[in-house]
Amino acid sequence: MNIDWAALGQVFGVSLVVTVAMVGVFTLGIVGTSAKPSRDAATGAAGTAGGSGALARSGAYACFALCAAAVAYGIYLIVA
Amino acid sequence: MEHITLLIGIVIITALVFDFTNGFHDTANAMATTISTGALRPKTAVAMSAVLNLVGAFLSVEVAKTISGGIIDEGSGIQPEVIFAGLVGAIVWNLLTWLAGLPSSSSHALFGGLIGATLVSVGMDGVNGDAVVMKVLIPAVAAPLVAGVAALVATRLTYRIARDRDPRDTAKGYRAGQIASAALVSLAHGTNDAQKTMGVITLALVTGGVVAPASDPPMWVIVSAGVAIALGTYLGGWRIIRTMGKGLTDIQPPQGFAAQTGAATVILASSHLGFALSTTQVCSGSVMGSGLGRKGGVVRWSTAGRMVIAWGLTLPAAGLVAGAAALLADQGDWGVATVAVLAVIACGAIWLASRRKPVDHTNVNDVDGAPTPAVAAVAADATAPATADAAEPVGIVTAAVRSVAPPPTDAALAQSASDAAPAAPSATAADSLPARPIGAEREARGAAPAAATPVTSAAAPAKATV
Repeated sequence: MNIDWAALGQVFGVSLVVTVAMVGVFTLGIVGTSAKPSRDAATGAAGTAGGSGALARSGAYACFALCAAAVAYGIYLIVA
Repeated sequence: MEHITLLIGIVIITALVFDFTNGFHDTANAMATTISTGALRPKTAVAMSAVLNLVGAFLSVEVAKTISGGIIDEGSGIQPEVIFAGLVGAIVWNLLTWLAGLPSSSSHALFGGLIGATLVSVGMDGVNGDAVVMKVLIPAVAAPLVAGVAALVATRLTYRIARDRDPRDTAKGYRAGQIASAALVSLAHGTNDAQKTMGVITLALVTGGVVAPASDPPMWVIVSAGVAIALGTYLGGWRIIRTMGKGLTDIQPPQGFAAQTGAATVILASSHLGFALSTTQVCSGSVMGSGLGRKGGVVRWSTAGRMVIAWGLTLPAAGLVAGAAALLADQGDWGVATVAVLAVIACGAIWLASRRKPVDHTNVNDVDGAPTPAVAAVAADATAPATADAAEPVGIVTAAVRSVAPPPTDAALAQSASDAAPAAPSATAADSLPARPIGAEREARGAAPAAATPVTSAAAPAKATV
């Protein structure tokens, strides 16, 4: 009997990276679109003053688009 | 020829019944955390899952072609009786684990059933031992680990990134993301598991000489398998949903999202890279991983332990029931008929037992019957009438089951296997109803006494939770 360690390792690696990446990106999107708490606003927005709201928002939409693309790829994998 | 078509017909119906149990057994995989975090209302969640399962069934027939030729050697003289016996074993085990509210792999039950039946009627040559280890044992260990670690890391990360955000602001986003991942899991489940049934039916048709070997499943097979799994999914295995959504750990929206995304990723990655993992085990693993990933999160290891025991028992237990069924079915027409009747009675008894403490969409989010504040409002209006009218008709049956079911289980243990031969299956009196399946269990013990312990310990957790 030969255990296919390579395939197992591959599944492990890919799953870990993709899961963490997807969750991370999606969370960034959520963070970008949700309101900043006022207490942290001073420290958080200090570096990126001015149009940081719009920037964060568009960045968030980019994140969501990336996730949508990943879902589409997932559907493609299921169908293929 | 007429005989064969009748037998094939029975096999097809049994396969569809298995497909149905598969559907409601595995609803939890996609929808348990979605329901417990409140991303979707219970009924909406199962409806969505059912539709996606149905859609998934039509997407491809690749998996259906691999069910035969892998673990079971097609050329070694598999008869429809063997497939029938295997399916019966898988169905009975699926229902038992459902009664106990334990998520166990339907695919493993199917494999176990087919292996057990093949061992009894064909012998060791019919089973590919390496394939069993490669396709069942290794993935069973790997699946929860891979999914658990991925979900754990993802949960840590998402809590860290969003730590300065109000949970109330982010919950909506998490829920939306969770619904998307859950939809992917449902779709993948439809393509995989509905196709397994299609593969089994096609295998039966091939062995009966109805269709040519190595042909695609006929259209009516695809349609009926898809509909069966969708109906099962819509019915909802609420007991298992409760275990996975609430029993293993308390799930908050970020955890639910991380767990479901991890599960979807692992399922897709594993099937795409050719190392298929059990959907059930992946989802359970990712739920536990996300439970560990949150600060202050607790995994209920006793529930997890019972679940893992059920995983370990799935293959031998389903195989045992199937082996006993195969032994009977090989005796000829009356044997097949007896197995069919016993199977129906066993299913009925399990269903009756489940009515003693029903779990449905109204109380799915309660933990062990104690309504949590969150669902109390929802449950209050629906539970009251439900329990009221459930109590009335069930009263007599419950009393009968209570008085008859537990003692014979113990009695059957003590009893020798000598009187295992089932009497003519003419169940007349009400009290003989629960007694029959125990006869079937006795059969199983008679066939392989060594395995008596696993069956008993499988029944024990069932009783504990009911």
